[in-house]
Amino acid sequence: MSLAAQQQAPAAAETAILEMRGISKTFPGVKALSNVNLTVRAGEIHAVVGENGAGKSTLMKVLSGVYPHGEYEGDIYFQGRLCRFRDIADSEKAGIVIIHQELALVPLLSIAENIFLGNEPAKNGIIDWNAAFARTRALLRKVGLKEPPTTLITDLGVGKQQLVEIAKALAKEVKLLILDEPTASLNEGDSDALLALLKEFQGQGISSILISHKLNEILKVADTITVLRDGATVDRLDCRAERIDEGRIIKSMVGRELADRYPPRHPRIGQPIFEVRNWIVYHKEHADRQMIKGIDFHVRKGEVVGIAGLMGSGRTELAMSIFGRSYGQKISGQVFLHGKEIDVSTIQKAMDAGLAYVTEDRKNFGLVLIDDIKRNITLANLEGVSRNTVIDDGQELKVANKFRRDLNIRCSSVFQQTVNLSGGNQQKVVLSKWLFSGPEILILDEPTRGIDVGAKYEIYTIINRLAEEGKGIVVISSEMPELLGISDRIYVMNEGRMVGEMPTSEASQEKIMQAIMTSWGS
Amino acid sequence: MAQQTLTTEEQAQQGSLGRFIKNNIREYGMLLSLILIMIFFQFMTNGTLLKPLNLTNLILQNSYIVIMALGMMLIIVAGHIDLSVGSVCGFVGAVAAVLIVKLGFHWLPVTFLCLVLGAVIGAAQGYFVAFWKIPSFIVTLAGMLVFKGLALWILAGQSVGPFPVPFQRMSSGFLPDLFAAAEATGQQFNLTALLIGLVVTALVIYFNVRERRAQQAHGLAEEPFVIFLGRNILVAAGFVLFSYLMASYKGLPNVLIVMFALIVLYAFVTSSTTIGRRIYALGGNEKAARLSGIKTNRLTFYTFMNMGLLAGLAGLIFAARLNTATPKAGLGFELDVIAACFIGGASASGGVGKVVGAVIGAFVMGVMNNGMSILGIGIDLQQMIKGLVLLAAVFLDVYYKNKA
Repeated sequence: MSLAAQQQAPAAAETAILEMRGISKTFPGVKALSNVNLTVRAGEIHAVVGENGAGKSTLMKVLSGVYPHGEYEGDIYFQGRLCRFRDIADSEKAGIVIIHQELALVPLLSIAENIFLGNEPAKNGIIDWNAAFARTRALLRKVGLKEPPTTLITDLGVGKQQLVEIAKALAKEVKLLILDEPTASLNEGDSDALLALLKEFQGQGISSILISHKLNEILKVADTITVLRDGATVDRLDCRAERIDEGRIIKSMVGRELADRYPPRHPRIGQPIFEVRNWIVYHKEHADRQMIKGIDFHVRKGEVVGIAGLMGSGRTELAMSIFGRSYGQKISGQVFLHGKEIDVSTIQKAMDAGLAYVTEDRKNFGLVLIDDIKRNITLANLEGVSRNTVIDDGQELKVANKFRRDLNIRCSSVFQQTVNLSGGNQQKVVLSKWLFSGPEILILDEPTRGIDVGAKYEIYTIINRLAEEGKGIVVISSEMPELLGISDRIYVMNEGRMVGEMPTSEASQEKIMQAIMTSWGS
Repeated sequence: MAQQTLTTEEQAQQGSLGRFIKNNIREYGMLLSLILIMIFFQFMTNGTLLKPLNLTNLILQNSYIVIMALGMMLIIVAGHIDLSVGSVCGFVGAVAAVLIVKLGFHWLPVTFLCLVLGAVIGAAQGYFVAFWKIPSFIVTLAGMLVFKGLALWILAGQSVGPFPVPFQRMSSGFLPDLFAAAEATGQQFNLTALLIGLVVTALVIYFNVRERRAQQAHGLAEEPFVIFLGRNILVAAGFVLFSYLMASYKGLPNVLIVMFALIVLYAFVTSSTTIGRRIYALGGNEKAARLSGIKTNRLTFYTFMNMGLLAGLAGLIFAARLNTATPKAGLGFELDVIAACFIGGASASGGVGKVVGAVIGAFVMGVMNNGMSILGIGIDLQQMIKGLVLLAAVFLDVYYKNKA
């Protein structure tokens, strides 16, 4: 393959500040990274792109010592030396600083306190605040912030918080700065300022690795682009040597073949049964931040509707706000079932009306892990197994065993604690719980996240069967091939809006990506 | 993950008796330690511990702790704590004393009013915990101070008593002996107590057998027959011995009847009703419970209200027992109650714990208090030993959990 040749060439031609060779990382049951190579030249801005789950974050965690040496295979060379980082502090000492998508600032401490957290200028444990403030001022000037060092983080906007994070990195004498989705929650002005700052650092000899979904931004600043897919390096594009456009990157990102990973679907689609009109939701904490900006969508009888989008596009917020306002505030809009408006103002009312929501986070929101399978399955519909509030143990057991058979939950018995089940079987328990509540509309949020291929197929089969029974199904997924494989119609969501709608027959990964990429900031 | 599933399946095929004991060591272990502690003190006190008089005292001394432990278990299962129960207990007793003794109200409406007062206090604390998400530790710490102060204030710092006789009977009275006339032989023996004991024993065994039949019908008689038999013989022997001992003194105390009825009620509610199940789910994973349509806030509120009601009842029983309300009443009760729950197998992180466990835990503490007092062990040493027992019980819990 020409890939290998490409990788060796630049390392020989120019000095590389970082070389990651043959990195593999395995989680129980999943190979997250397989033989990944990443070479960053000194003083360049290197973009790493890939779909959700392609392995970008895992790779950066390996690099920054979150997964210490010994938990992965392969070698890391930084500034020509073989590095074996034990933890983050170790990699920071070498000059590698990572800024995560979720900012790691303490909201109720000041800028100065945050910048020097764990790194305080101190003598015998007594902090020299004058020195700290002076250095903070100098650092803030470098990133273009004019706030006094005593300002609390919580009083800053997200964009400025990001800049404080960068100032913090500069305080550690960074040589390689890693930014994970730095502009995901920034508006266009802030994003441009941030990118300009990266360019400036480049002039001062600081290299950066930029992880982003926003290809237009990457094309503005990146010198080299590494594309990851399914935990492997699939492409390395040199923006200085050749002209790269978004289409070229997208092709590399999604270019996998669709094999027989989805059960055949014979849809019998009826009239629209579920409709949401002009749905508006504000952020649960920041009352002035609109998360869902007037969404309309509908589901027909027996139809599987997919909602595509990137992380942070508002899909989960949309689903949860519809399901009994379990997310957000100042929610407005209408929900119709069978043409009649329904009240979804509490979870109980939404359930009574015929909705069910299978969460994306089954461990924290879906299951009571210390309870057994049986108790989890009946939790949302205890009335179904009780008489005058007294639970009929025999009836409950019958129900649990029925779902165990129907959904093929692999366990020693329904008395097994759910914490001991594999991800796929846990998901089947959560599905059983909601099926037992007898919904007409089932919203599935990332139903196959963290599940192996075999169990995925089983989940898809269940979804098909439910659709055939005439239920309306909404599937939220970050895996585009999955949406293309199982849904009848796909909505594309971005920044709290529906930015595309297409029948699956006309949809493709490129079209979905295109819809997302052309909608930024619109 | 796949491996773990496999090992559980493997376990299922191993010798079922050994496996069963291993899996249930915690539950049987607790009962076993109570029995061992009782045998130990019975031996050390030369048989004083189980003398009918002392046994009656043991029940009377611990009834209010047991009653509050029932409510506390629910609170802890729901993932909270209530530090105010001792103060609420004292305050309610004080209110009863002032109303009955000083202001001359009839004891019956006052009793009812005081129970309502307890529930209202519990509800007030529950309101802040459930709907304002203020940590229960803080809310009830505040409540502890407030009600301690209120009790001092309304008693004006003095003891108030004595209560009218019918009110005292709540604590110090005994179930009248229906066969007393026939028993004119001079030898004091309360046949009614023994008969009630036998009936209860029969009922317990009947329900145990019925439950086992039901389990077998569904093909899941997990418990090996030997253990089932042994457990029932042990329980039956315990009940019969107990009622015989009680019968040879003054019979069954009224408090015992109230306490026993409450234990049965709470054991049933927690194990077999939807509300009980929901409390466990709430404590096990509040977010998942809420997303399953459970009104978690309201449920938390009710658990605190229930706790207040039981603390009120305990306060009345305690005041009736002492025959006065003192400003010091209830001091430190919360510690005994909370300790009883944790010795009884509750988990501090919520979602785990059984009513019967709390009752056993309360008696472990009670028997130790009583036994050590008889032995004349100083209060200083008693405190240390009790503290170490609490730590040991929870340590063993964690130890076996990690091993499993």
